[in-house]
Amino acid sequence: MAQVHLRNVVKKYGAVQVVHGIDLEIQDNEFVVLVGPSGCGKSTTLRMIAGLEAISEGEVSIGDRVVNDLPPRHRNISMVFQNYALYPHMTVRENLGFSLKIAKRPQAEIDKAVDEAAQILSLADYMDRKPGALSGGQRQRVAMGRAIVRHPEVFLFDEPLSNLDAKLRTQMRTEIKKLHQKVKSTIVYVTHDQVEAMTLADRIVIMRDGHIEQVGTPLDVFETPANTFVATFIGSPPMNLLPGTVSGDRLALTDGPVVPLPPQFAGNVAEGQEIILGLRADNLMPVGHTMPMEGAYAEFDMTVNLSEPLGTETLLFGSLAGREVQAKMLSPRPVKDGERLRFQLDLTRCHLFDAKTQQSLR
Amino acid sequence: MSRFRPPAWFVLLLPAIIILAAVVLVPLILSFYSSFTPYKLTRPETLYKWIGTFNYEKAMKSAHFWAAFGRTVLLLTIALNLEMLMGLGLALLVNKVTYGQRALRTIMMFPMMFSPVLVGFQFKFIFNDNVGLVNNALQSLGLTDRAIPWLVDGQLAFIAILTAEMWSATSVFAILILAGLFAVPRDPIEAAKVDGCTPWQSFRHITLPYVMPFIYIALAIRSLDVARAYDIVQIMTNGGPARRTELLWTLIGRTGYVDAKMGYANAMGYISIFLAIIFTVYFFRKLNAARSELGMAG
Repeated sequence: MAQVHLRNVVKKYGAVQVVHGIDLEIQDNEFVVLVGPSGCGKSTTLRMIAGLEAISEGEVSIGDRVVNDLPPRHRNISMVFQNYALYPHMTVRENLGFSLKIAKRPQAEIDKAVDEAAQILSLADYMDRKPGALSGGQRQRVAMGRAIVRHPEVFLFDEPLSNLDAKLRTQMRTEIKKLHQKVKSTIVYVTHDQVEAMTLADRIVIMRDGHIEQVGTPLDVFETPANTFVATFIGSPPMNLLPGTVSGDRLALTDGPVVPLPPQFAGNVAEGQEIILGLRADNLMPVGHTMPMEGAYAEFDMTVNLSEPLGTETLLFGSLAGREVQAKMLSPRPVKDGERLRFQLDLTRCHLFDAKTQQSLR
Repeated sequence: MSRFRPPAWFVLLLPAIIILAAVVLVPLILSFYSSFTPYKLTRPETLYKWIGTFNYEKAMKSAHFWAAFGRTVLLLTIALNLEMLMGLGLALLVNKVTYGQRALRTIMMFPMMFSPVLVGFQFKFIFNDNVGLVNNALQSLGLTDRAIPWLVDGQLAFIAILTAEMWSATSVFAILILAGLFAVPRDPIEAAKVDGCTPWQSFRHITLPYVMPFIYIALAIRSLDVARAYDIVQIMTNGGPARRTELLWTLIGRTGYVDAKMGYANAMGYISIFLAIIFTVYFFRKLNAARSELGMAG
């Protein structure tokens, strides 16, 4: 088991720089998820840790060794690839045991490790099949089994679930979490799916354009997003962002209603400051369909353009200050398109961002 | 009035049947039949004299025939193995090239663009003992002061022919194997690296199994090519001197057209075809096995 340290890691392809000096300390046994939209440099970062991409600048260390110049085979890592990357000409058993065979371990030890992995991932029935005869979920499990037989210091996952259908993805997500509980080890996991990131991670690293935007526990990044990017990226549906101006102890939303200044931001804003109000659908609900609101709240009317009933709740799409806004309705009743409802906004759970820097004003 | 009306399927197949009969069936039957006669081109009436398996027995007992047979198998074995290894090496090198790979691939095909007859003439000149490039170079470098009889000594001539054969055909292997290398997915190779493979081990355990089907296709094609080798040998040594470089088809060609013993030549030809068929079947078996290894077999 080991920590992974990235110090000012840079990746350049010729003149194009795709990772701009990343600093990250991953603790022993920690499950860290790198998340971000495609092209944000998360996979490249992972591949630099694996040794599949050269590190242009900076330093990566695993345990107490700087691994910049070590080939992947000397880094004591395992990796699970997006396309499984199984060896098609080997049976499941051979796939699982391949790394140990290469390391010239005794056959008895290989068999033991392989059987143990097969046990954990319930692969015992498929051991003599080749990958071509397996379903996507089974292949995924073989890929994970291949990673765990080696007892590596660090597991690397590169979008391992993105080729699975939705149901299987949820199931495998749980299995990965269980796996982490069973085989204590450091895990670096890359995904573009914020739900995966939230459910799996001890800590989430949100990346954009080769920079780290925020690092924190799932609840941290959800409750206190550092900027508007993180605010809209984490959480579903994405946070509503409404521009406005500070005026005394009130916020005048551009072309919209005036609401009280959320009390938690009272000392952090200046008169006349241009701000962006961030509010999640969960904190904007029609009167009579809300969670009980204990602190400050505001009320205003809004026309509902569209509704999406989900059963336990209904998503409402309205427009406020000329922008589309998503709200939620608990214990829903049928809503007609074009119906005008009175909404309650929970101010204590709102976010304020500076309009220029896009950074949180917390 | 009743006229015979052939069934529709027969009428529809008739053009194909006529063409096949004219192009394949009749020559095949005729040549097979003539191998049981003492047919000589100069005496057409001999075509009608049945002598049973006499020609086959004669071939089986002929030291010349078996010498040519053995030499052909030897050439086949050595040429295919060397061409395969060199083609594999060449393909691996070209696969690493990032700039100008297209141009290199085209250049690599140049030897395939020359007629074997021209290749024969070219190498006949290169290995000529008086004016040839090889002897000239060896003498200028001071490695030898005598004229090495490349095309006269049996073993040297074999090497010379082998060199010509390899020059003209290594690229067949290189091109086909390169196509195979392009088809190798990147992921398993990376997985192997992470799994602890050295570059040699990932080649041995991952790349090679992917490329094997392509190697077998090249081997099957080339085994037929070499088994019917004629032109290069005919030009370079004409099977000589004194039959020292005689291969099956130079022997058969001489027997049939120079000595005009077509019946006997046909008998030897049929024996040789078996050789080719055996090699082809063998390589196709291997090909299918390699493909099912990768789960590609249908």
